[in-house]
Order: sequence, then structure tokens, then C-alpha cells
Amino acid sequence: MANKRIDQPTGTETVGHEWDGIEELDTPLPRWWLWTFYLCILFALGYAIAYPAWPMLNGGTPGLLGWTSRGQLAKDMSVADQAHTSMREQLAMIPIERLADNSELMKQSIIGGRAAFRVNCSQCHGSGAAGSQTLGYPNLNDDDWLWGGDIKAIETTLFHGIRQHGDDQTRQSAMPPFDGVFKPGQLDALSAHVLSLSGKAKANPEGAALFEQNCMSCHGMNGEGGRNVGAPRLNDAIWLYGGTAADIQRQVQNPRMGEMPAWGGKLDPVTIKMLAAYVHSLGGGENFVEAAKDPAKQTNVSH
Amino acid sequence: MSATDTSVFSSNFYESRKTVHNKRIDGPFRRFKWAVMALTLTIYYVTPWLRWDRGPYAPNQAVLIDLAHRRFYMFSIEIWPQEFYFVAGLLIMAGIGLFLVTSAVGRAWCGYACPQTVWTDLFQHVDRFIDGDRNARIRLDAAPWGLSKTLRRAFKWSIYLVIGFWTGGAWIMYFADAPTLVHDFWRGEAAPVAYITAAVLTLTTVIFGGFMREQICIYMCPWPRIQTAMLDEKSLIVTYKDWRGEKRGSLKKAEKEPDKYGDCIDCMQCVAVCPTGIDIREGPQIGCITCALCIDACDKVMAEIGRPRGLIDYATLDDCRAEAAGQPPRPVWKALLHPRTIAYLLIWSSIGAGMLFALGHRVRTTLTAAPDRNPPFMLMSDGSIRNAYTLRLRNMESRPRQMEIALEDLPGAKMWNDTISRQQAATKLTFTVPADQLLAVRAYVVAPANTRAKEFEFRITSLDEQHESGEAEAKFSVPEAEAGDH
Repeated sequence: MANKRIDQPTGTETVGHEWDGIEELDTPLPRWWLWTFYLCILFALGYAIAYPAWPMLNGGTPGLLGWTSRGQLAKDMSVADQAHTSMREQLAMIPIERLADNSELMKQSIIGGRAAFRVNCSQCHGSGAAGSQTLGYPNLNDDDWLWGGDIKAIETTLFHGIRQHGDDQTRQSAMPPFDGVFKPGQLDALSAHVLSLSGKAKANPEGAALFEQNCMSCHGMNGEGGRNVGAPRLNDAIWLYGGTAADIQRQVQNPRMGEMPAWGGKLDPVTIKMLAAYVHSLGGGENFVEAAKDPAKQTNVSH
Repeated sequence: MSATDTSVFSSNFYESRKTVHNKRIDGPFRRFKWAVMALTLTIYYVTPWLRWDRGPYAPNQAVLIDLAHRRFYMFSIEIWPQEFYFVAGLLIMAGIGLFLVTSAVGRAWCGYACPQTVWTDLFQHVDRFIDGDRNARIRLDAAPWGLSKTLRRAFKWSIYLVIGFWTGGAWIMYFADAPTLVHDFWRGEAAPVAYITAAVLTLTTVIFGGFMREQICIYMCPWPRIQTAMLDEKSLIVTYKDWRGEKRGSLKKAEKEPDKYGDCIDCMQCVAVCPTGIDIREGPQIGCITCALCIDACDKVMAEIGRPRGLIDYATLDDCRAEAAGQPPRPVWKALLHPRTIAYLLIWSSIGAGMLFALGHRVRTTLTAAPDRNPPFMLMSDGSIRNAYTLRLRNMESRPRQMEIALEDLPGAKMWNDTISRQQAATKLTFTVPADQLLAVRAYVVAPANTRAKEFEFRITSLDEQHESGEAEAKFSVPEAEAGDH
């Protein structure tokens, strides 16, 4: 069947088939192509020896170079860490109160803090640090701070957490439950008085009397709160657990008190500094020196 | 496989190049070509070295394409990347300018000003300088490779290389401060891209100008094809007036039988001087770049034998036809203006005028405002509402400028930023924006508790004699439940 012959004009052999008088030349592959092909085969053989290639029953051939994707990642990570070393060393040396003096370091801390926030904090506080009133996670963008909003106070809160057992510097406060203490009418009067502190209800003398007896010692005469005892302000617009009369009554009877992990045991001090710088930069951060003088007054300035 | 068979095939498909050894000629067109060559080469080599004082904040190079900083400087004009439409406009003008020139004077671009023509011409002069004129070069080409020929070629090609290097070296000067770059280049401290670009352009210059020459025009360049489509009977071309020249015959034959022969004495001078090696007497063709050197050559011969000049001349095909029919020749300048030329001129100049107008009305101060979206608004402890924005203040002048940002259409609102405290919040903030830069500022805007969601503007005003102004629209967001109590 094969009827190979040499094609006269081209000098090339035909493939030997003929269809309606049409024949096909058996033109050989170009040499350069063949050599490239052989080189590719050689390369593939070398590659299979040098790098992990063949699947075996348990794992695969490791390759002579000992390369692994995990090792590569670890190497890349350490290169990235190296790049940050000088910044982290500087940050470790500098007391957090002085961080604001070094604007470049501050800038880098905020960037690093933003990344650490996304990983460690956004689960509760949200990726924009706006918190959640329904779930009781505070908003970190505003100017209302239960434990202090200067960079040092934020660092302390981060380091020791809130209401953490076994950490003697943790932020600690407890609102006593008043469930069954007040009669229903008294509860209404009390919540009306609390709302009147921020101008959202009319003055209520009965509630005021109850407030003076039961609440004033921690929350203050005008509901200005107290950071030293961890008592929230009641005369502002921000309510961690809701600002309606019903919300307030529920909080009086069965108070919710949130917790935050002590990050000092989980993150290194430099990362905590960066987190403090980031949270402080969200727009509500207080000036360190002024806050140190009189924290309660600081929050009133904005009125 | 038989060698004869394949050679039959290949000779049908491929014609090997016949090297052009064009002869030296002098004449008005040659002198014009010299002048254009001097002018274009001077512009090319000298431009990067021109200085232009822009003050301490911008480079002092008159023409600089600063890719690293994304700025394009051209004398008093500075272009930012977003203004690249000016460069696009220039390119459109260059394109339509070529149409205009083609419709007025035919392929004058190809003949005189195209870099391929200018550099080919330059390299051909090098050939002439080293190896002698046409006949000497033909002899040398045919001669066997001996010591003398090898040395000559080595010498000539090294001159090619020097010219090529000078060309590639001049090119990179447009992209960095020229004196600094020369210094860095020779100390081996310039950017790798500078060496690579210079090397690539050295090679292309030597290969295109030194070796490929007219083959670029005939086989590679799209422009002759486009021009072929643009030429018509009214376009100026270099033409052989066959009704006057034919039948060709030597001077001796023509003296014997004057009635039988035309003016062309078949001396082949027009072919000898042609830089692309064509015979113009075969009629208009793609290889003719209309450099008019054949006109110079033919006029010289006609003067020697006492016949009128212009057997080969610039003319339109219409004029040729009229002249052949016995009408007196029309002056060449009359061929320059016809409706198509005027139309191109109008388009070209209106684009130019539009660009000049736009250049004169550029605002060098702009502002954009991007709101924080997470969270979009923030309730403050006093009940007021805060929104945060990233403001980008752009100063496109080469000096630091004071700029004022003011809040408009947002009653009762104030703003502050990270460098001042909320107590210092005001309706206007002033910033110093560095020269030629964009300053990003995070601004907090706080509005009273009863504010509704609404559109407002940030207005930017430059606090200098320019007093430029611009605005950025923004939206003030409030909590949805703002209407109710909380």
C-alpha cells in the first residue's frame, strides 16, 4: 500500500499515500526543533532528579536539592521578617508614650497594626473596628473609652485584656445584678432618669433618687462614669449594649459584661504596640499627656 | 535531493539583494538634503543637552521623559500621566501632518526627513569616505577578501558602530538628566535599562542604516503602502517625462537621427545616484522615496549636452498629461495647494489650536475625596456624627504650595485631621503640598446630631497668586436610625 517515492521538484520523500492524485510530502522536522525537543527531555530528566517528582506509596521522591514548598515559604517568610527587623527593633526600644514623636515609626506601626488587627481583632470588633452593639463588642473608632483612650491605656488593655482570670493587671469591673431589687415602676423611673442624663427624656425625681442610692457611687452624680473603676459614662450618646429604656432596664437587672483576651500571652510586645498605634489612629485616640492628667475631663472637651 | 531542483524553486520566490552603490551627486536637491540632515541630526543629538530652568524642585533639562517619576517635560510644559492625551494629540498631529505633507509634496517625509533616510544617507557617506565613490565600491565589493579589504571593512564597520552607539547613546539622554547619565554611564553606574537600550539602538542603527538600508523602506515599512493609497493624479511625485525622453538613445545615435530619439541619452546617471537603486524611468514605484537626487543628476547631464532641464522633475501626473498634450508646464508651487491639502491643513491646525487652548487652561490644583466605607459613619459620644475621608491634594506645579480645603454645603460641620486635635476643628484647613506631588490627608468631618445624609463638597483653593480652585464631591453618611431616638 505504501508507495513512497522521491518528489522530484523538492527532493523530499512522500508519505506513500495518494488520494485522488494528491500526495503528501514527508518533510522531516527541522533540526533546531528536534534539538530543542531533546533538550527539553534532558531538562525534564534533570528536573525529576533534582526536585520532588515521582509519587511513591508514602509521599514522593524528595529530589536531590531537598526543595520543598514549605521550606520555600519559610524562607520567604524569614526574608520578609528580616526586612522588618530594624523597624521591630526600634519599636521594641521605644516606650509607647514616645512613639508619636517618631512619625515614620508611627506610620509603620499603624500599617503593621492594621494587618495584625485583621488577623486577631476583626473577629469581634469587625474589619473596620466598628464593633457590634447587638453582640456587645465596642466600637474603636469613636471617642468613648471605658478604660482610657490614650495610646498607653490602649496598650495596657490589649496586653492584660478585660476581666481575665489570673491576670492581676487585667481591666476589672463588675456591675451588680439588680434583678428583683426594683419594682417594675421603679425600673421605669430609673431608666427614664438615666436617659435624661443625656437629654433623651424628661427629668424623673423618683428615678434620680434611686440612681443616687444605687448607681452614683460608680457612675457618678451626672452619669459621667469613671475609668478608674471601669464604670461607663451614662450621659453620652454611645451605648455598648443599647440605648433604649428596655435595653437599660435589662442591663440593670442582668448586666452583660464583656471580656477581651489578654493578648500579652498570645502576641509579642511589638505587635501589641503596633495594634495600640493602629487603634489609637482610628480617629478617637486621646492625647497621652492630657489624658494622664485627668481622664474624665478629657472626654468632656468635645462637647 | 537534487540541488538544481531546489535552486529552481528558491529563485522563483526570493530575489537576493543587489547592493546599492549610489554615486555622489551635487545639486539643489542634494544641498537641501544636506540641510535637512544637518537640521534633523542636530535636533536629535543636541535636544537632550538643552537646559531649562524650572526652579529647585524640578529637573532643568528642557526635554525630559522622566519615566521613574512619571513626568514629561518639554520646555515650559510639564505633563502628568493623566494628561497623556496631550502626547496622544501630538501624535495625532504628527500623523495628520504626514498626511498633509504627503498631499502637498508627496513622499517628502520619506525622501528627506525619515530617520531611516537620514541615517542611511549618513552611512552611505561613510561608505563614500572610506571606500571611494560608486565604481571604487563596486570593485571593492567584487574583490576577494584580502588583508586590505578586511582592514577597510573593519575600519568602516567600526565607524558604523561609533555612529550607532552615538545614536543609541543620545536616545537614552531623553530619559534622564543627560550630564549625570553620561557620567554614570561611563562609570558603570547607570541603570541596566540604559545600557540595554543603548545597546539595542546601537545594533538597530547599524543593522538598519548600515546594512538593510533601502530594504527597510521597500519591504518593512508600512508608510510607503499608506502613502501609495494617498497619492493621486494631483500629488507631486518625482517623474520621468517619457513623452520627452523616449525613445532613448545615445548622444551619437541621436545626433544622426534627431527625429527618432528623445532627450534621454540613456546615460544611467539617474540610476547611479539613486539611494534605493531604482530606475525612475520605469514610472512611479514603491521604492522611490522622492529624494530627487535623480533630478539633480539628470539636470546636470542635460546642462552638459545643452538640453533643457527637467527631463526628470517634480510634477503631478495631471500636469504630465497636460504637458504631454502640448500645454505649457505649470509652475510646481501650484500643485501644492488643492482641496485635500487645505482640508488636512484645517484639521491639523484646529487640533493644534485646540491643544494650545487646553494647555492654556490647565488647572494645576485638583482634589479628590474618598470616604471611609468601613465604618461609613461614626456616632460620637456627644451625639454628633463623624465621617472620615481620604483627601488627595494634587499640586502639579514645581514648587510647594499652600492649599486651603473648605467644607461647603454641610451646615454646622467642622473638620480636623491627624495632625491637629478635634478641639481645633474648623471649616477650613490649610496644608502645604510639596512640589509636583500628591498629598494624601485623612480628614474627619463631624456634623451635628440632626444632620441628614447629604451630598456636600470639599473646595480646594491654592493660596498663591494663581488662586486656582477646584472641588471634590462627597457624601455625608448618617446612621439609618438617626431619625428615631437612641
